[in-house]
Amino acid sequence: MIHQYKMNGYNIVVDTFSGSIHSVDDVAYDIIGLYGNTKKEDIVSHILDKYKNNASINREEILECIEDIEFLKDNGKLYSEDIYSNKAFDLKNRNTDIKALCLHVAHTCNLNCEYCFARQGNYNGENSLMSFEVGKQALDFLIANSGNRVNLEVDFFGGEPLMNWEVVKQLVGYARSQEKKYNKKFRFTLTTNGMLINDDVIDFSNKEMYNVVLSLDGRKEIHDKLRKNLAGDGSYDIIVPKFKEFVEKRNGKNYYMRGTFTHNNVEFTKDIFHMADLGFYELSMEPVVCSPSDPYALTKEDLPILFEQYELLAKEMIKRKNKENDFTFYHYTIDLNNGPCIYKRISGCGSGTEYLAVTPQGELFPCHQFVDSPKYNMGNVWDGVTKTNIRDEFKLCNVYSRSECDDCWAKLYCSGGCAANAYHSTGNISGTYEYGCELFRKRIECAIMIKVAELEDDKN
Amino acid sequence: MKRINTLNTRDLAKSVKNGGCGECQTSCQSACKTSCGVANQPCENKNSKEQ
Repeated sequence: MIHQYKMNGYNIVVDTFSGSIHSVDDVAYDIIGLYGNTKKEDIVSHILDKYKNNASINREEILECIEDIEFLKDNGKLYSEDIYSNKAFDLKNRNTDIKALCLHVAHTCNLNCEYCFARQGNYNGENSLMSFEVGKQALDFLIANSGNRVNLEVDFFGGEPLMNWEVVKQLVGYARSQEKKYNKKFRFTLTTNGMLINDDVIDFSNKEMYNVVLSLDGRKEIHDKLRKNLAGDGSYDIIVPKFKEFVEKRNGKNYYMRGTFTHNNVEFTKDIFHMADLGFYELSMEPVVCSPSDPYALTKEDLPILFEQYELLAKEMIKRKNKENDFTFYHYTIDLNNGPCIYKRISGCGSGTEYLAVTPQGELFPCHQFVDSPKYNMGNVWDGVTKTNIRDEFKLCNVYSRSECDDCWAKLYCSGGCAANAYHSTGNISGTYEYGCELFRKRIECAIMIKVAELEDDKN
Repeated sequence: MKRINTLNTRDLAKSVKNGGCGECQTSCQSACKTSCGVANQPCENKNSKEQ
């Protein structure tokens, strides 16, 4: 399967199953579109006719280009076949050691953001904090179930995790004390709204947290519209100075300034550029996930605008490359040379199998976005995964379990999409959230275009 | 090739042989938390030889 598209003056061809990407001129672009379903002689006459005003395009040129295409095809870089669907990837029986936990250390929040999928922090349940004992048991459970995996990830999440900060610190200390004994390396992340950031949080996190995710929606009026405190006041003025200090003191360690865009700011690049203007340079911006009836839900009419916005963002990033106001965007950071292997691309995010969420009470869920769905309670940190049928369901939930993905060129970039988005939009974890797919495909087109631009720039 | 520039990319077909160690980061853990994408994750398999 191939995918051809034109963007920002580039003609791009993606070969789905090999992962190859080609930047081609107009003639090659047209020939690639015809090859496979058109006879060679017909390709020649079609191209000669289309380029009749271009004297440099003759029969020999066209045949040479066809030869090149056939060379790429013979070398598995163009029109490559799907050799994975029937391969012996026995997804149900595959080994799925647990390697990541999302620790919900606080099911409560000091903000009252309207769009929050955690329903103001408590996931439609009681407000609660995780005790050290529960957290410790969760870490022991992770170590015990991680097999030979060395790198283990733990995200401190909520609600707002800083509302249980002392426990976070104790848990980091405990995990570090176990690393040598079990040959594990913990990578901690912290996802915070910033309200309780202080010197202790900054110093400790900058020493211990591999990454921090800082929630900021962009411009003050946009941020404050939905990210409000319990009294209804916006949080922008409180958090931005704290985030600036936090990031400044990270000394180059990873962070993400992470925003959510909604129907209120479909021109979300203004918010990304605002973050960059504030001096932040590792940026992430996600489409809101909510009920279509919510007033801020993205609409079908928003889609073309969002496509334009993603392109605009990509073009601006190319312009800013290596300049002082350069920044990265999470979804455009693709690693073509050293990206994930085919197993990763097929099996997906690992929710419910390699990745679990832990509630303050120690219950296990497939991921943080299932915590408000009691039917997905899989067990607890003392007894482990007791509802193995849920784990098996997630094991089989992958790019080949979704018939809607059969003809999608981008399936090995998204690995079938987010199970939670699928569940919340279709009622089935193996469904597809088509709106999300549309945005995802556009983002990958843009991300690839940036890589093509880099290649062409290097050449010139 | 005159009309085609091929970017350097990991050969997915060859990764059937050397992939699957599982040391890579969990997809949405540390940044987006609301969507799935694996393309931005670097491979952490030090023994990957197919490239």
